[in-house]
Amino acid sequence: MAAQAITGHVDWKSDAMQARRRARYAADRRLQIYGMVAIFFALGFLAILVGTLSFTGYRAFVQTTATVEIDLSQADIDRGDLMGANWRNIVRDALRQQVGDIPRSDQRDYFNIFTSSAPFLVRDKVIADPDLLDGTARFSIPLSDPLDQLAKGQINPDLPENQRRVNDRQIEYFNQLQAKGLIAQPFNWGLFFNADSRFPELAGLAGAISGSFWALLVCFVISFPVGIAAAIYLEEFAPKNRLTDIIEININNLAAVPSVVFGLLGLAVFLGWFGLPRSAPLVGGMCLALMTLPTLIIVTRASLKSVPSSIREAALGIGASKHEAILHHILPLSMPTIMTGTIIGLAQALGETAPLLLVGMNAFITSPPAGIFEASTALPTQIYIWADSPERGFVARTSAAILVLLAFLVVMNAIAIFLRQRFERRW
Amino acid sequence: MNMLTDAAVEQKLHSTSNEAAIKMRGKDVTVHYNGKQALFGVNLDVPEQQVTALIGPSGCGKSTFLRSLNRMNDTIEGCRVGGEITLDGDDVYDPRIDVVELRARVGMVFQKPNPFPKSIYENVAYGPRIHGIARNKSELDQIVESSLEKAALWSEVKDRLNEPGTGLSGGQQQRLCIARAIAVSPEVILMDEPCSALDPIATAKVEELIDELRENYTIVIVTHSMQQAARVSQRTAMFHLGYLVEEGATDKMFTNPDDKRTQDYITGRFG
Ligand SMILES: Nc1ncnc2c1ncn2[C@@H]1O[C@H](COP(=O)(O)OP(=O)(O)OP(=O)(O)O)[C@@H](O)[C@H]1O
Ligand SMILES: [Mg+2]
Repeated sequence: MAAQAITGHVDWKSDAMQARRRARYAADRRLQIYGMVAIFFALGFLAILVGTLSFTGYRAFVQTTATVEIDLSQADIDRGDLMGANWRNIVRDALRQQVGDIPRSDQRDYFNIFTSSAPFLVRDKVIADPDLLDGTARFSIPLSDPLDQLAKGQINPDLPENQRRVNDRQIEYFNQLQAKGLIAQPFNWGLFFNADSRFPELAGLAGAISGSFWALLVCFVISFPVGIAAAIYLEEFAPKNRLTDIIEININNLAAVPSVVFGLLGLAVFLGWFGLPRSAPLVGGMCLALMTLPTLIIVTRASLKSVPSSIREAALGIGASKHEAILHHILPLSMPTIMTGTIIGLAQALGETAPLLLVGMNAFITSPPAGIFEASTALPTQIYIWADSPERGFVARTSAAILVLLAFLVVMNAIAIFLRQRFERRW
Repeated sequence: MNMLTDAAVEQKLHSTSNEAAIKMRGKDVTVHYNGKQALFGVNLDVPEQQVTALIGPSGCGKSTFLRSLNRMNDTIEGCRVGGEITLDGDDVYDPRIDVVELRARVGMVFQKPNPFPKSIYENVAYGPRIHGIARNKSELDQIVESSLEKAALWSEVKDRLNEPGTGLSGGQQQRLCIARAIAVSPEVILMDEPCSALDPIATAKVEELIDELRENYTIVIVTHSMQQAARVSQRTAMFHLGYLVEEGATDKMFTNPDDKRTQDYITGRFG
């Protein structure tokens, strides 16, 4: 080798050289293969996750219902007091008419085929549209969870009666209803528009989705301006000394603090000292803001730093003041990156569970919150509650809720990617 | 192209012998970067409505001196300026001085064209707007037009004022930056190698421009081109290793310098 180097002559075709090159190409290929295997693993796990969730969850996206006609013109209803009518009897009479004679002993089982909230569903529909009182109206009544499971093939009717949650009489009546063509399985809009309920057939995510929305709104309103202001100060104004070094180190540390700690802090400070309402999206959002803030500061600082100094100089060079250079030029130029970072931070906050559990956002609430002060759940805590519920119907609903959460995450990250590509700058 | 014709020399001699007023004055200027000294006691006067060229080998402190004139050095971490620099007799490093006003009066054009990634119009209009120079839109339009006119760019861009400034050619971008600097009506324009990124044609245009601007503005220009210094400037200052070696009328500096280092540098023996 040494001799070759001195004479400047290298025999590139020699066996040794060729073997060496082959080995190097092989190393190239190996590196490529490692990468492909890694991606295959990552995608594989993702596919398994989404696959199993879809497999257990898809049933929750439809709900078995019975279509029942009720002749309201005959019913004994005082139009001035719709709330006060005996809806229970009205609905039971109508249900009874759907099948032939029902022995008294069977009535209880028969009514349990339908959701126990059927009278309230009918009442609410009529209150929303009193014209229904003039004639016969059709109502779509969800079946109760055991029958829903039966219809979806989750309960084996061939098992001995005492080993399943529907008895023989219920199966028989169900078959009668089905023979009359009253049973249907429409898309389960209730999953999105109902609030939580003790009964799986009525339980939906409306409360959780709006709770998450309010909490994220609070989180955004707090962390976005505070994060940007802090980042601008640290990047553009703060003197570089030991104090700012310590602040910087601590902000980076905060980004790695487990979220449960922020929950405990929220519990002690927001609920304990400030006396803010328990379970409210306000408090949940404040905890999430604490968690998002350091990430946001770090992202914002990095993006401010990446604006070339020539832009700053251009502005200062014609006599722009510091705030003008920052607000007119540097900040707008770093905004796309800041937005991306914010959305990714919010997506993280959306999936965060521990702090919300600690401030009580896992309460059982049957109406969606109308604002940030009302008790509410959030998507991840709703998943947590449902996963803990024994009814069969909640198993599928848990998976469905996870899919809904994942869908929101996908949308948010897609927006982040879109923003990044749309506003990417080239200098 | 050759501006050192007899007539031009005549004219230059005339304009320098006219004892112009001193616009800016550096007295015993020293600059340290993180404790390391980059300028040693520079004394230099910048006469009004003339072009002063700063020449010297790379790293000798030309940019450093230029940037201390309008306090652009303030933006550099660890940079400390000593001595005294005055604008119309007022110390620019006086803590009571308004830096924004100073930079509006002493504008700067940088080595690399740095238009904002905004429209051509916005680039020029930005300065007048933040300083509140224009009272209304039509005045602003006028300022933009006349600035681009003075920067010899108007005819090339008048139909595309809304296109991004970054889409212009290098030479056009530099003239846009000059227009942007002129638009705030500065008294002094500092130029740090404004032509180093330009081709000869664009360079010639910028040089012509500098010569015209001299009527209304005081100009300090850093250049590595001896020809350029000779062509556009009335006074020349020679820097070396952080010291001001010599300064004087350009034609004297280029024909009969006092210092041997100046002579060596001008004739290309080092640098
Ligand atoms: N930001 C800075 N930080 C530290 N030192 C610097 C900085 N800017 C310049 N210097 C130093 O100051 C000295 C003068 O630099 P300056 O940029 O003024 O030279 P110059 O004459 O403009 O050179 P050139 O012709 O290459 O642009 C050099 O030794 C340089 O290393
Ligand atoms: Mg320089």
